[in-house]
Amino acid sequence: MSYTCGLLPVLDQHEDHHYEMSEYEGAKARWCPGCGDHSILTAVQRLLAAEQLVPEQTMMVSGIGCSSRLPHYMKTYGFHGLHGRALPVATGIKLHRPELTVFVTMGDGDCTSIGAGHWVHAMRYNVDMVAMMLDNGIYGLTKNQTSPTTPQGFKSNTQPYGSILPPLNPLEVALGITNASFVAQTAEWAPSHLYATLRAAYKHKGFSFVRILQRCPVYTPAIYQKAVQDPARIQLLVHDDGVVTPDLDKIYQSQLHHDPRDLAAARALAEQTETIKLGVFYRDPSKPRYEETRRVAPRTPAERVALLEKEFARYAV
Amino acid sequence: MSAASATAAPAPPKVLRVPEHTVEIVSDSGEGAQKCGQIFGAVSAKMGNGVWTVELIPAEIQPPPRVPEGASGNRIRLGEHAVTNWGDRTNLVIAFNEQVLLARHRVDSLADDAVILIEDKWARSEDADIVAQWDAAMKELSGKHYRIIPVAMEDQCLTIVDNPKKGKNMFALGLLARVYGRDMERIKEQIAHAFRKKSEEVYNSNVALLELGYHWAEDNIDFRVEIPTHAADKPLVVMNGNEAIGMGAIASGMELCAMYPITPATSVSHYLSEVFEKFGGIVHQAEDEIAACGVAIGASYAGKVAFTITSGPGMALKTEFLGLAVMTETPLVLVNVQRGGPSTGLPTKVEQSDMLAALYGQTGDSPHIVMAPATIEECFHIMITARRLAETFRTLVMVLTDANLATGVSPYPKPTLDEAWQAAPLDLAPVKEGQKAYAWNKDTGLSDRIIPGRPGGMFTLTGLSHDEGSKVAYSSGIHQHSSAMRSRKIAVLQSLLVPPTVYGEESGDLLVVGWGSTKGAIEEAVDRARKEGLKVSSLHLRFLSPLEPGLKDIFKKFKKVMTVEINYSDEIGDPYINEENRRRGQLSILLRNATLVDVDCWGRVPGEPLRPMSIVDAIRGRVPRGGAK
Repeated sequence: MSYTCGLLPVLDQHEDHHYEMSEYEGAKARWCPGCGDHSILTAVQRLLAAEQLVPEQTMMVSGIGCSSRLPHYMKTYGFHGLHGRALPVATGIKLHRPELTVFVTMGDGDCTSIGAGHWVHAMRYNVDMVAMMLDNGIYGLTKNQTSPTTPQGFKSNTQPYGSILPPLNPLEVALGITNASFVAQTAEWAPSHLYATLRAAYKHKGFSFVRILQRCPVYTPAIYQKAVQDPARIQLLVHDDGVVTPDLDKIYQSQLHHDPRDLAAARALAEQTETIKLGVFYRDPSKPRYEETRRVAPRTPAERVALLEKEFARYAV
Repeated sequence: MSAASATAAPAPPKVLRVPEHTVEIVSDSGEGAQKCGQIFGAVSAKMGNGVWTVELIPAEIQPPPRVPEGASGNRIRLGEHAVTNWGDRTNLVIAFNEQVLLARHRVDSLADDAVILIEDKWARSEDADIVAQWDAAMKELSGKHYRIIPVAMEDQCLTIVDNPKKGKNMFALGLLARVYGRDMERIKEQIAHAFRKKSEEVYNSNVALLELGYHWAEDNIDFRVEIPTHAADKPLVVMNGNEAIGMGAIASGMELCAMYPITPATSVSHYLSEVFEKFGGIVHQAEDEIAACGVAIGASYAGKVAFTITSGPGMALKTEFLGLAVMTETPLVLVNVQRGGPSTGLPTKVEQSDMLAALYGQTGDSPHIVMAPATIEECFHIMITARRLAETFRTLVMVLTDANLATGVSPYPKPTLDEAWQAAPLDLAPVKEGQKAYAWNKDTGLSDRIIPGRPGGMFTLTGLSHDEGSKVAYSSGIHQHSSAMRSRKIAVLQSLLVPPTVYGEESGDLLVVGWGSTKGAIEEAVDRARKEGLKVSSLHLRFLSPLEPGLKDIFKKFKKVMTVEINYSDEIGDPYINEENRRRGQLSILLRNATLVDVDCWGRVPGEPLRPMSIVDAIRGRVPRGGAK
C-alpha cells in the first residue's frame, strides 16, 4: 500500500505553524444546552491543540446518534457514517492510511447494541485509534428509547414500565475481549479527568476504548446525578501509567492505586459498580496491532506488472 | 486383480475421432475427483483443446459416503475449437461408486450412449445392503443405453499403495490420460504443481498411480477418443472466473479486499490471500459481511479504491453501507458471485437472480453502476474497468458474476498488461482555496474527490443529505439537486458506451438477449437454431446500469425479443398465470422498462448452468418454423 507518498513534505510545511484551539473548531455544535457532549467536544479540541495534531492528518469517525454529530463540529476530516458502523470504517481508514490519527465517537446504542459485534472485533484487531463511547444510557436522537446501558427500571418510550434487563456493563465486556489493550472510564462532568483520560488514550498505541459517562439533559439528566452531587460515590483509579489528576484530589478523596497492567484486578474493579470508578482500568502497549501485523511493502505499478507476468506464467497454457 | 486386467494381448483399441467430448469424474466428497478433473482439464488446454470445466459441488463438506447428494467432481467439455460453456450431456463418466453415478443419471446429465467406467468393488462387497444398492442402481441405469465398464480401481491401487482411498483419483486420471491420449509429462508437471505443498513421496506415489491407471486402460479399454488439437496462435492462460477476478483486482492496482466467507465467492479471497501481499495488497477477513463493506468503504474513502466480494445473502447484509457509498460518492467495487436464492438457497449452485436486488436493493434512490462479465476472460478485465469507473464516477460499482463463472475453468488469451490500468498514487496536494467536497458539475454530476491528508480540504463526509460543501441539508431544494447530481452520472456513463453488437444477423424473427455467464450457451444455441433454419440472433449485455445504448433500435429489427436467464419466471399457460400477473425474468423487466418493447423471457433455475439444447428448445417454442407471428 502507498502510505506516505508525498506526505513528508506536507508535514514539513506545518512544522512552524502553531495551531490554536479555535483552529480545530468546525460548525457550531447543535446539541441541546446542557448536553454532556459539549464538554467532550471541548476536551477533544483541547487535546488536539495540546498535541498540535495537524488537522488534515486527523480523522473523526462516527456512527449515528447525538454523539456522532461530533465530527461536524471539528475542523478535521470527518466521516459521519452509519448507525453502529463507525469502527469498520475507522479500521478501513487505518489499514489504508495508518499515518492518520483516528478518533471514533459512538453512543451507547451505537457501540454496545447495533454495533456490538464490531466493537468486540475492533478491540481484538487493536488498530491504533481512540474509540470514545459516549454513554448517556439512552437513545437520544430517536427520542428516549431504552439502550443496553439504561439502568434497570428506567422508564422510556419503548419500555414505559421500566427497563426490563439489568444494564450491560461495557467495561466488563471490553476487559473480557482477547487482545484488548486499553480500557478506561471517565465522565464529562469531570473535565480535567476527561481530558487526562483522552490524552492517555491518545498516547496509547493500540485500540483505546474510553467509556465516557455523559448526561442527556432531556432524557437521562438524573442517571448520574447522585455521583455528580456526591463525589464520595466516585472512586478515582490512579497510577503513573494511568491517569493522574492532582487538581481533583480535593473533590474525589476516594482514590485507589491501580496498576493498569493488572488485568485480573481490572476485571474485578469493573465488576464493582457500587461506586463509579474513573481512570485507566487496563493498558498493555505490547499487544499486537493489526495495522502493523498486516503492513505490507508497497509496490510500484511497474513492479506489480512484472510480478503479475510471473503470476500469469503459473497459469500459462 | 479384476478379470478384465488379466486378459492377455488386447486388441488394438478402436479410435473415435470427434470434434468434442464431455467427461465427468464423480466421487464422494473428499475422494479427489475434483483434483483429477482440474488436472485433466488443464492438460487438455495446454495440448490445444478448447476446454470448459465445471465443478460439481455438494453443499456439505463431508456428506455421508455413497449417497447421491454427495456427488462431487468435475465435468470437462473438450473441443477441437474454443469451448464456451459446459454443453449438453456427458459422453464418458468415471464414477467412484454407483450412488454418485445415479445422481448424475437422475439429473439427466449423461448422454444415452455414455460410457461409464465405474469402481465395481461395491458389487463384491461383504455388506449385503451395499450389494443390494448396487443391484438396484444397475437396474435403474439399465433404462438407458449406457455402456458400463467395471473397473476394480481400489484393487488395482492396492497393488502399489497401502491406502487406495488416497490416490484413486490419480488412477482415474491415468485412465483418462490413456483414453484421451493426454501427454503424460504435462500431467506430471500439473501433479507437481497441485501437490507443491506436499512431500516428494506424495508426488511419487501419485505419479505411480497415474501410470498404473494409464497402463490398465491400455490393457483393458477397447477404445480411444481423439479430439483434434490446435496450437493456439497466441499465448493462453487457464483459470477459473474467481481467480480471474482476483488477478484483475491486482492488475487494477487495488490494494484491499475486505470479505467475509461465503460460497461461492470465497475462493477469490483464497487466491488473493495466497498472493496479494506480494503485490502490496491485503485481504481483510472481517467479522461479518457488513464490516467487510465498511472496511472497504473506509479504505476507499481514505485512498485507493478498495473492494469487497460476496454472494447474494452477503450483498443483502451490506445494503445499508452500499447506500452510504452512493450517498457519500465514495468509490467502491462490490463483486457478487451469484448463487441460487432467496435466503440460503443453493449455496454452491449457479443462478442469476440477484440482478434486481443489485440494481434496486438499496433504500432511497441509489443510482450506481452494475456490470456483468460474460466470460472468464471478462472476469479479469472487468475488475480493471470497475476500479476505474468507481474512481471516475465516485460511486459504487457492482460486478455480478455467478457460480458458473466462479468454478468454470477455461483458457483465454493472456492479457497484455498495462501499468495505466492501476490506480494513480494518492494525491495529497493542498486543496485549492474554496474547493468543495462535492463540486458537482451541474451538467454531469461529476466532482473531484478530496481524501484526508490534503491540507485545506477538511470536511465531514456524511450519509445525511448534504450540499456541495458536505453540509447537512435542511432545505428541500438541496436534496432534489444532489439526487439529480448522483443520478446524472449514470446517464453520463451511458453516453460514453457504444451500442452492443448483435450475434448473428441484425434482423430476424427472434432476438435472444442474455447477460452474464450464459453467453457461450446462448450463442451455441443460436448457431444450432440457425442451422435448423430459424431466423434467430442474440445480444449479450455487460452493463445493466446504465444499460448499453441503442437497445430499442436493435430490438425493432426483430419480430420478437426474448431474454434467456438463470432466474425464475412464470410461464404463460401455468395455472393462474396470465400476461398481467406473470412474474418475468429480471432482465426482461429491466428491458421492458427501458424500451417499452414487449420483451418475453425464458428462465430456468435448475441449479446448474443452462444447456444449449434447452435454450434451442426454448427458441423453437418461441419461433415456430416459418417465422414468428
